[in-house]
Amino acid sequence: MATRGIDFGYGFLTQESSFDVQFSLIEYSGSDSYARAYLVGLLNTLLVSILGIIFCTILGVIVGIARLSPNYLIRTTAAWYVEFFRNIPLLLQIFFWYYAALRALPLPQEADPMLGSFYLTIKGFYTPSLVWINLDIFIYSVIAAIVAIVFVRLYAKKLRENQGKHIPVLNISITILFILPLLTFFIGGVNVTYELPVLKQLAKTSFIFEGGLSIPPELLSLVIALSLYTATFIAECVRAGIEGISKGQREAAASIGLNRKQILNLIIMPQALRIIIPPATNQYLNLTKNSSLAAAIAYPDLVLVFAGTALMQTGKAIEIVSITMLTYLTLSLLISLLMNWYNARIAIVEK
Amino acid sequence: MININYLNPSKNNLRLNLIIGLSLVFLSLFDVFLYSFFDINITSFLPYFASFSLPLILGMFGLSIIRISYSGIKKLDSLNKNINTNNFNAALTLLIIFTIIKILPPVMSWMILDANISGDTKDACTGSGACWTYIKIWFKRFMYGMYPNEHIWRVNLAFIFLVVLAFVGFITPQKYKKYLSLYYIIIYPIIAYILIYYLISGGSLGLEWVETGAWGGLSLTFIVSFFSLIFCFPLGMALALGRRTNLPIIKYVSVGFIEFWRGVPLITVLFMSSVMFPMFLPQDFFMDKLVRVIIAISLFEAAYVAEVIRGGLQALPRGQYDASKSLGMGYWKMHIFVILPQALKLVIPGIANTFLALVKDTPLIFVVGLLEIIGMLQMAKTNPKWLGFAMEGYVFSAIVFFIICYAMSKYSYNLELKYKTDR
Repeated sequence: MATRGIDFGYGFLTQESSFDVQFSLIEYSGSDSYARAYLVGLLNTLLVSILGIIFCTILGVIVGIARLSPNYLIRTTAAWYVEFFRNIPLLLQIFFWYYAALRALPLPQEADPMLGSFYLTIKGFYTPSLVWINLDIFIYSVIAAIVAIVFVRLYAKKLRENQGKHIPVLNISITILFILPLLTFFIGGVNVTYELPVLKQLAKTSFIFEGGLSIPPELLSLVIALSLYTATFIAECVRAGIEGISKGQREAAASIGLNRKQILNLIIMPQALRIIIPPATNQYLNLTKNSSLAAAIAYPDLVLVFAGTALMQTGKAIEIVSITMLTYLTLSLLISLLMNWYNARIAIVEK
Repeated sequence: MININYLNPSKNNLRLNLIIGLSLVFLSLFDVFLYSFFDINITSFLPYFASFSLPLILGMFGLSIIRISYSGIKKLDSLNKNINTNNFNAALTLLIIFTIIKILPPVMSWMILDANISGDTKDACTGSGACWTYIKIWFKRFMYGMYPNEHIWRVNLAFIFLVVLAFVGFITPQKYKKYLSLYYIIIYPIIAYILIYYLISGGSLGLEWVETGAWGGLSLTFIVSFFSLIFCFPLGMALALGRRTNLPIIKYVSVGFIEFWRGVPLITVLFMSSVMFPMFLPQDFFMDKLVRVIIAISLFEAAYVAEVIRGGLQALPRGQYDASKSLGMGYWKMHIFVILPQALKLVIPGIANTFLALVKDTPLIFVVGLLEIIGMLQMAKTNPKWLGFAMEGYVFSAIVFFIICYAMSKYSYNLELKYKTDR
C-alpha cells in the first residue's frame, strides 16, 4: 500500500464533507463532517429497513394465511403472487417501481387530492404532518403506558398460574395505551395541530408542495419493492409454520371445548411461531441487507452516501468500505440476537 | 304457497333458489363486465356509491341464496365448498373476480391489442399500447451486451456446446454412470472455461480478442451465475464440514468466514472487489474485473450454501456416523460415501433456493460497471432515440427472469421427488 502512496487513517471522518444529501432524518448540510454524513446514511438505511420489515410482515402473514384458505380463488391468487414476485430480481422490481410505475404519476399541479389532503405525485407522496406542543410529555406517557402494560401482563400471568383466573389482558392493555396518552392532552398541556401540504409555484411551470410531510419517490418505491419481494418469503414461512402443526393438535383442542379463536391463539399460533421465527429472522436480515440496493435509484442510504459519495471525494477506499461492511455486520448481528432472544423465549422448555 | 327463507336457504326450494341466486350473480358479473370492457354503466341512475357497490351486494346476495349444503347437485356442492363457504369468502371471491375483469382489458390492450412491433424506429410506435419495436431493435444488446455484432456467432456457438455437453449425463451408458459426478464437478467446468476463454474472449486461434467490458446482456448473466454456482458449491461444502469438525482452528475460521459473508450485503462485497481488493495485489498484477466479480459472488454465496448443507448434516441421525465408523471408515470415506450423499439429498430445496438467489443477484454487478440484461435496460432507457420505453423493457426482462427462475424451481422440485427416499 505504501508503494502506491496511500495513507491509511480515519482522520477524514472529522473533516468537512461539503456535499449535500437529498433526504435526511436529522439536520445536515455540506458544512457538517463525514461522520455526520455517515449517520445520515445509517438512519436512512434503518428507516427503509424498519418500514420494510413492518409492511412485509403484515402482507406476508396475510398472504401466508390466504395460501391455506379453503377458497380456491384466494388460494390460487396468493400462490401466483408468491411465485411471481419471488422469481423476479429485486433490483428489477425496484427499477420498475421507480422508473416506470411512479413516473406515471401526475405532476404536483395536476394531482388530485386523495381523502382530502393526501397527494400522490411524481415528486413524492405528500401527507399532512402533525405539529406537536409538549411532545416530550406525550412520549413519556406512552413509555409509562408500556411499563404499566408489562406489569399488568406479569400480574395476569401470576394470577393464571397460581389461581387459574383469566383476566382480559388484551383489553386492559389497549385501554391503558389509549387512556394514559389521552390524559396528557387534558392535564399535561399536550396539543396537536396538523399542517396541510400546500401547492406553491416556483417558476412558470414548476410547482412544489410545501408544508406537511413529504415522502420522496425513492423511499416510496424502495419500501414498496422491498415489502412486496420479502413478503413472498415471509408468506412461505408462515404457511410452512401453520402446516407444520399436526392436525391432532387442532382436534385435541376442539375436543376439550376450546372455540376457534382460542384454538388459533392458544394452540396453533404459539407452536407455529416456533417454526416461523427462525426463517423469518433470516428474511428480515435479507431485507436489511437488500435495502443497500437503494444506491441504484439514488436513495441516500449508507451505501450511496458513504460508500459512494464520501468514497469518491476522499478516496479512502479501505477505511470506508470496511466501516460500511462492519456497520451492516453489526446490524445483522443485532437483529439476529434480538430474534434469537425472542425465539428462546417462546421455545419449548424441555425437561 | 312458496316460502323462501333467504337467510337460511334450504333444499326444499332448490330450483327456485338456484335460478334466483345464479341470475343475481350473473347480473353482478355482467354489470362489471359491461363497465370494464365497454365503459357502459347500466346503474348510472343510482347515486355514485350505490352504483359502485351494487354488483358486490347483488353478487353476495346471490351467492348466499345458493349456499345449500348437500344439495345433491355435484357442481353446486363443489362450488359451495371451494369458493362460497361463508359470506366473507363469498365477498372475497367476488372481489377477486371483479378485479380480474377490471384489469384484464387495459392489460390486454397495452400488451397486445394496441401494441406495435413493426418498423425499426421510435416513430413506428403509434398505438397507445406497448412498443415492442424497442425490444425487437435492442434484442441483440439485451442478449449479448456490447459484444460486436459480427462475432455474436461465437457466443452462440459456445453456449450451444455448453448446453449439449450438459446433457451428456442423460445419454451415458449405465457402465459409465459412476464417473458422471467427476465429469460434472471437474471436467465440465474446465471445458466450459476453455470454451469461454478461447471462443468468447478470443485473442488466439485467429479469433479477434473481445474485452470482458464489452460482454453483457443475458449471456453475461449466464456466464457469471454458471461459474459462481460451480465455485460456490464445493467451497460451501468444505465450509460446512469445517464448521462441524473438532479441530478448533478450522472450526473458528469457518464460523468467522460464514458469519462475515452472511452479514454483509452483496453490493458492498462487489464494492470491495472493485475498489479495495486491487490495492492488496502486487503492483504489476492485473486481474480482470469479471474474474474479480465471479470470485466475490462465489465467496458470498458459498457462505449461504455452507449454512444450508450444515442443516442437512445436522438432520442426519448420529447412528449414521456411528455405523460408518464401526465399519472402519475414516473421516473422508465416511463423509463421501455415507454422510454427504444423504445430507445433500435432504437439502436439495435449500440449495435450489440459494442458487435462485444467486441468479437473481447477478444484476447487481452493474455497480462495478458490468452490464448484464438489467444493466443494459438501464442504458437503453437513457438512449435519446428511445426515451420513454422503460415499462416495455422491465416487462420483457421480468418475463425472461421469471421463466429462468420458475424453470429452476420446478426442476429442483422434480429433483427433490426423484431422490426422495423414505427412511
